[in-house]
Amino acid sequence: MNNPNERKPGDDRDWSVVVEDGVAKTNEPVSSAVAEPEAATRRHEPHEPARTHLPEKLYEKRAVVHNKRIDGPFRRFKWLVMVVTLAIYYITPWIRWDRGPYAPDQAVLVDLANRRFYMFGIEIWPHEFYFVAGLLIMAGIGLFLITSAVGRAWCGYACPQTVWTDLFQHIDRLFDGDRNARHRLDKAPWTFGKILRRGSKWTVYLFIGLITGGAWILYFADAPTLLRDFFAGEAAPVAYGTVAVLTLTTVTLGGFMREQVCVYMCPWPRIQTAMMDEQSLLVTYKDWRGEPRGSIKKAQKNPGAFGDCIDCQQCVQVCPTGIDIREGPQIGCITCALCIDACDRVMKDIGRPRGLIDYATLEDCEREAAGGEPKSPWRTLFRPRTLVYLMIWGGIGGAMLFALGVRSHTDLTVAPDRNPPFMLLSDGSVRNAYTLKLRNMESRPRDMEIAIEGLPGAVMWTENVNRRDAAPTQTVNVPADLVRQVRAYVAVPAGTPSQEFSFRVTSLDEQRESDVVQTRFDAPESE
Amino acid sequence: MANKRIDEPTGTETVGHEWDGIEELNTPLPRWWLWTFYLTIIFSIGYVIAYPAWPMIDRATVGMLNWSSRGELAKDMSAADQARATVREQLARIPIERLPEESGLMQQAVAGGAAAFRVNCVQCHGSGAAGSQELGYPNLNDDDWLWGGDLKAIEYTLVHGIRQAGDDETRMSVMPPFEGAFDTAQLDALVDHVLSLSGKAETNATGARIYADNCAACHGPAGGGDRAQGAPTLNDAIWLRGSSREAIKRQILQPRMGMMPKWEGRLDPVTIKMLAAYVHSLGGGEDFVEVAENPEAEVDEQP
Ligand code: SF4
Ligand code: SF4
Repeated sequence: MNNPNERKPGDDRDWSVVVEDGVAKTNEPVSSAVAEPEAATRRHEPHEPARTHLPEKLYEKRAVVHNKRIDGPFRRFKWLVMVVTLAIYYITPWIRWDRGPYAPDQAVLVDLANRRFYMFGIEIWPHEFYFVAGLLIMAGIGLFLITSAVGRAWCGYACPQTVWTDLFQHIDRLFDGDRNARHRLDKAPWTFGKILRRGSKWTVYLFIGLITGGAWILYFADAPTLLRDFFAGEAAPVAYGTVAVLTLTTVTLGGFMREQVCVYMCPWPRIQTAMMDEQSLLVTYKDWRGEPRGSIKKAQKNPGAFGDCIDCQQCVQVCPTGIDIREGPQIGCITCALCIDACDRVMKDIGRPRGLIDYATLEDCEREAAGGEPKSPWRTLFRPRTLVYLMIWGGIGGAMLFALGVRSHTDLTVAPDRNPPFMLLSDGSVRNAYTLKLRNMESRPRDMEIAIEGLPGAVMWTENVNRRDAAPTQTVNVPADLVRQVRAYVAVPAGTPSQEFSFRVTSLDEQRESDVVQTRFDAPESE
Repeated sequence: MANKRIDEPTGTETVGHEWDGIEELNTPLPRWWLWTFYLTIIFSIGYVIAYPAWPMIDRATVGMLNWSSRGELAKDMSAADQARATVREQLARIPIERLPEESGLMQQAVAGGAAAFRVNCVQCHGSGAAGSQELGYPNLNDDDWLWGGDLKAIEYTLVHGIRQAGDDETRMSVMPPFEGAFDTAQLDALVDHVLSLSGKAETNATGARIYADNCAACHGPAGGGDRAQGAPTLNDAIWLRGSSREAIKRQILQPRMGMMPKWEGRLDPVTIKMLAAYVHSLGGGEDFVEVAENPEAEVDEQP
C-alpha cells in the first residue's frame, strides 16, 4: 500500500501563499488575532511549514508518543482522580453489605443468574429495569453537563481509557526512563538488556490486564467465592473467557493503542465537539499572547517583536496524545491540562506571567485578545445552559430516588382460570380458580394475607389448604426475595351471580404493605 | 461536484464535497487499521475451516470442529432428557401415597401429568377437564367422584379403566334398566323422591317406597351413593346426565353407563402416576382417609 504522490508534474502553484475568499494568507506562523483582533474566527492559524510539497497519503503511520514527566496542580489532580477511580473499580466488589440471611452480602452485585441487581441498600428486579435505564440517562446527561461546562474533562481525567493509558505510561517511565530514554530504547537494537526490559515491562502489562479483567467478573458473583473458584479452576468457563478477553483488551488498548483509541476509535470526541460552544472551558493556547514565537535570545535582541511563547516544545513533550495545542483545539486533545502545567512552569522559570496555555472559553479569548477582562470562572460555569442540564440531571435523579423510596415491596397479579370458567360443587356452591402471584421484594420471608373483597359469602382455599379449612382469608408464607405462585379456589353459595371482586394481599409485618387486584367471578346463569 | 483541494490548516486533502460550506477531510486511515483488516481476513479463513460456512445443496460444509446448531440442540435435549429421566426414576420408586409429602416431586408429576392429559384425555374430558354433561363424561375439577377421588383411587381407575372387558379388576357395575317396571304415576313419584334428596322437590310416600325397594341398595337410603360400585350420589348438586325430570326418567328406564379405557399397557406406570397427580390437583382431589397399610413394601418392588 503506497501513498501516491498526488503532485503532478507541471503543477507550479505557489503553495506558500493561499488565496481564500479573496484574502491572501501565508503559511508562515502568524496569528490573525494579532493582525486583526476582531477576526476571531480566523484566529488559529497553523504553525506549520509551508505545504508546498505535502504528498497525499492513503495511510497514516503512527507516531509513537512518549510523554515527558511533569508535575503541577493539574498533574496532581490527575493522580488523585486516577487513585480514586482505580480504587473504586478494584475495591467495590469487596465491600460487604448486610442484607440478612436470605440475600447476598456483596454491596454491589449484578446477579444475572437470579436476575437481581444489588447496589448497597437498593435492590432492583428485572421489571424495574427502568431504574437502570434512568441511571444511564443520568450518566448521559451528566456527560452533557460536564462537556458544556468544562469541555472534555471526562476524557482528560476520568475516562477508563485515559486512566489506564496514564497507568501504562507510568509503567513505561518506571521501566524505561523518561521521554528521551524511551525514544532511545525504542530505536536501540534488540540486545539482551532490551529483551529483559521489554519482557519484564510486558509482564507487568499482562498483570495489570489480568487484575483488570479479574476485577470485572467479581461484580457478577460473590467475590471471595469466585476468586477461590477461579484459582481452583472451578469457576464457570464464561468467567475465564471474560477475564481472557478483558486482559487482552486492557493490554492492547491501554498498553499499545493508547491515544489511537481517542483519535480514531472513540465516538465521544465527535459527539463532544458538537456539544461545546463559545462558553465551554477548553485548554487553549492564547496565541495573541504567544505569537510570534521566539527564543529568549531572539526576544532579547529584538524587544517587542516576539510573543511570550519561546517555542520550547515543553507542552508538546508532556502531551499524552502527542499533539501541539498551539495549533488550536483539535480532536486529539483530551484536555488533560498537562500542557498547562508544563507551560506554567516554563513561564515561571523565565519570569513571564502564567497562563499562556490555560483553561479558557472562546468568548473570553476574544475578550482578552481585544484587551478586555476575562469573566470570573463561576460566571463561566453557571450559565443558563449548564444550569438547565443540571436541573434535568437532578430532576431525573430526584424522581428516581423518590420512586425508589415509595415503591412497594409487595405485589400481586391474578390470572383467573378460563377453562372451565366456573365449577359446580356437590353442595351446590360455585367455585372459580385463580392463579395468584405474590411478589415479596424484601430479603426475608414474609407472611402475607390474601383476602377476598366485594364477594359476599365467598370462601377461599388453596392447593395447600384443604377445603375443610376454607375461609374468607388465607395466609401464605412467601419466601424471601421471590415470587410465590398460589392456586386459589374461591367458592360462593349457590345463587350468587357473576360479578367483579378483588383480591387484596397484605404483608403481615409492621410495614403492612398491600396490593389490590380486581378480577371477575363467573357463575352459571341462574335458571 | 468533486472539487478536491488541500485544506491548509491540516495539510489534508478534502474529499471534494461540500455541504453548506462544510467540507469533509480525506483523513488518512491509520496503518494499524489496515493490519486489523488483514487480521479479520485471516480470522475468517480460520473460521471457514473450523465451522460450517459454505452453503451446499442441502446443508453447509462441515467445519473441522464438527459443530452445528442442530448438534448443540441435540446435546441440550439429551441433557434435558437426562434430567427428566431422574425425575421419572424417582417417581417410579415412590408409592403414590407418599407423593404429596414430596412437594417438589409432586409439582413435577403434576406438570408431566398435565402434558400427558392433553394428549390422552382431552378427547373426552375436555381441555379444561370439565367433561361434558351432554355426553356424560365426568367433570374432573369438582369434588364429586364416582369411584373415589384420592390419589390411589384415581390411579386405580386409570390403570384398570371402567367397565373394560378383559380386565378382571376393572371398575365394574351395572344399573338394571327399569323399563316397564313402573307405571307413569309411580315413575313420577320416584323422580319426585330422587329430586327431593337434594331438596329440589317434595317427597312422597310412594316414591320413597319404590326408592327403598329398588334403589337404596346401591345409591344408599339417603342417596349418598356408593363408590365401591360407582353408584352416583343422588343428594348433591352435581348431575352427570342432567337434573331435569326427563333426564332422570330416561336414566331410570334406560340407564347409560360410562366407560373408560384402561391405560395399563398403553401408558407406562410413571405416566399414569403423573396423570393421577394431575387430576388430583385440579381442585377436587381428596386426601386419603387413612394412609395405605404398608407402603414400604411397595418401595422395595422396584429398587
Ligand atoms: S476520546 Fe474517548 S477514549 Fe479517549 S479519553 Fe475521550 S472518551 Fe476516553
Ligand atoms: S494538548 Fe494539552 S490538554 Fe490537550 S491532551 Fe495534550 S497535554 Fe492534554
